[in-house]
Amino acid sequence: MAHIAGMFVIRSNQICSRLLNRQLFQCREKFKLPDKPEWIEIDPKALPPETVLDDSTIQLIERLSLVDFNNKEGVERLKSAIKYADQLCVVNTEGLEPMYSVQEHEELFLDEDVVREGNCKQEILRNAVKVEEDYFVTPPGNIPLKQKKLFDKEGS
Amino acid sequence: MSAPIQRCKLCQTRSKSLLFSQLRYCNKSFSSSCKLNSATKHNQVEAWQPVIGLEIHAQIKANSKLFSRANTIFGGPTNSQVAFLDAALPGTLPVLNRRCVEAGVITALALGCQINKVSRFDRKHYFYADLPAGYQITQQNNAIANNGRFHYVQYGNKESDIREKAVTILQLQLEQDSGKSLHDDLDKQSLIDLNRAGCGLMEIVTAPEFHSGDEARSFVRDLRQLLVTLGTCDGKMSEGSLRVDANISVHKPGQPLGERAEVKNLNSLSSLKKTIEFEIKRQIAVIESGGRVINETRSFDLDTGETLPMRDKEVQLDYRFMPEPNLPPLRLYHRSDLKGAMHGDKVFIDDLEKNMPVLPQERRGNLMQNYGISMYKAAFIVTENLQDIYEELVSTRNVEAFTNFFINTVAARLLANELTLDQCPIPGKHIGYIYDQYKEENINLTVAEKLIDTLLADSSVDPKEHIRLENLWQINDVAQLTELCKTIIAENPKAVSKLKRGKDRAMNTLMASARKATGDRGNTRIINRIFKELIAQSEGRD
Repeated sequence: MAHIAGMFVIRSNQICSRLLNRQLFQCREKFKLPDKPEWIEIDPKALPPETVLDDSTIQLIERLSLVDFNNKEGVERLKSAIKYADQLCVVNTEGLEPMYSVQEHEELFLDEDVVREGNCKQEILRNAVKVEEDYFVTPPGNIPLKQKKLFDKEGS
Repeated sequence: MSAPIQRCKLCQTRSKSLLFSQLRYCNKSFSSSCKLNSATKHNQVEAWQPVIGLEIHAQIKANSKLFSRANTIFGGPTNSQVAFLDAALPGTLPVLNRRCVEAGVITALALGCQINKVSRFDRKHYFYADLPAGYQITQQNNAIANNGRFHYVQYGNKESDIREKAVTILQLQLEQDSGKSLHDDLDKQSLIDLNRAGCGLMEIVTAPEFHSGDEARSFVRDLRQLLVTLGTCDGKMSEGSLRVDANISVHKPGQPLGERAEVKNLNSLSSLKKTIEFEIKRQIAVIESGGRVINETRSFDLDTGETLPMRDKEVQLDYRFMPEPNLPPLRLYHRSDLKGAMHGDKVFIDDLEKNMPVLPQERRGNLMQNYGISMYKAAFIVTENLQDIYEELVSTRNVEAFTNFFINTVAARLLANELTLDQCPIPGKHIGYIYDQYKEENINLTVAEKLIDTLLADSSVDPKEHIRLENLWQINDVAQLTELCKTIIAENPKAVSKLKRGKDRAMNTLMASARKATGDRGNTRIINRIFKELIAQSEGRD
């Protein structure tokens, strides 16, 4: 009795796996996955010329990103990263809308205008290095320079 | 085909002496309100055409912030209205406020903009202490609305100088506000309050179509009134609810546009005009002395309107815009897009359009069309929010006479007492009664003004009762007044003899005595006539 049940299980397993294989095969067909990896060699001549990083550019990038990389290793790493990204220039995107996010077709949830957060001053200030009368203390910001009056108000 | 109408580019007048060379400027001098040398004629200063574009940041009137549900009340305890997202604590995500979206759509509709049914959010990166995340979520490339047009009114020196002008609205976008920083020069530090960080702003970008500080100011004044009428912004510039950035450049007509400088965070109408005028003159002075205008951000002095360079003036900011990855596109719908099932959670443009209040520009036009009053008077009534009561009362009365009384007496008393009709609502019928009595010469103008003041102080007063109690009826009885005048003439021989010699100013003395004697209730027209008759009679006798 048991071995008949066993036979039955084995048989149904075989049917299941064959069904699964057929589903997989159909899936692959739908997504057009190749059976074997296909590798496209990029012609170096098709790439744009290597970007030149002069001192002023490096300083500007450091200032904008607040990342200190002005040493041999840092600059080399940046150059190779740019070169790697340059390969995207070879891709033909004519007539294609750019995709900004895989959530393109999700609904953007709109919340009701009700106050539900805030009122947690202690928690907000907990990580601050320096606090003064409940304000965050920071180095001085972009303050106007007080200049001597170079231009006569009434016009020259 | 006749030549197109040509007007002076600065003052818009058509004049026979117009110089029709490429210049198109007339021979008039500048008005005294312009700070340039008043003797300079328009055509001599043809050299410089100022070009100004504005970016207005209007704080959206909502209970909570744009992407978090913290409170937005002005002046709350420091850092007590800050959600974790506003402090850029890790692990937080933005959740869009429905009311802010609706406010943006309503404002865009009122500005005649094209609503983009799909819009996206972007990140604008820069480092500053009051921007905890290091970036601001805004809508740079695919904003909620583009291409609108707004009509505003510019006043001149005379009532008849009023002009309606229009400007193109390039873009309306939703964005986050930054926190507030206080600069402590003494201790060389800045103090940051994040209560304002994350509040919803509507940034309204105009085309560079303004040519003077006065035009810019007129535009902001009318835009502010529109936003307050719509209820999308409370317009309190002193609280920072409405801030203006101005982009200013100068060029010679026919030549390419000059380099522009930006002045940020102008927060009052008067400093807006002063600062723009100063910056125009500064740029002209720089160029004429051989220098070059630098593309930079400048700040300004509140009192004098002088602009000053800010510290990091050499570096061009690169904001490294990138799409906000945490937010899918914002979609807006018309009812016809989704048939059948209820979609309570979506924003429908039609619903918002249906519930829009009547706009100030439309009200102005209605008053002008229905009653034939001038644009100046219509603009005044609408600006002071008096159109309802005006329309209620003027329909049964002589338009010109009542309008003048309404503006010169009723509205004038309101302004003199620094009140608005919302603050002390006087029933329309009382104002109508006062006017009718004044028209029928039962009370004189001084009494009418006093009555308005009384009603402003206590709107429950019944004017008819009050007049009876205080005995304010005008004295029109000729016999009674003649007696009075005879007495006054007898008491003032000097003034009478002056009058006889032709010094008309002496009449004022007699009139003043008459006013005092009648307790300001005499009919001044009749009294004046009686004085003249009596004096003429006595001359005849002498």
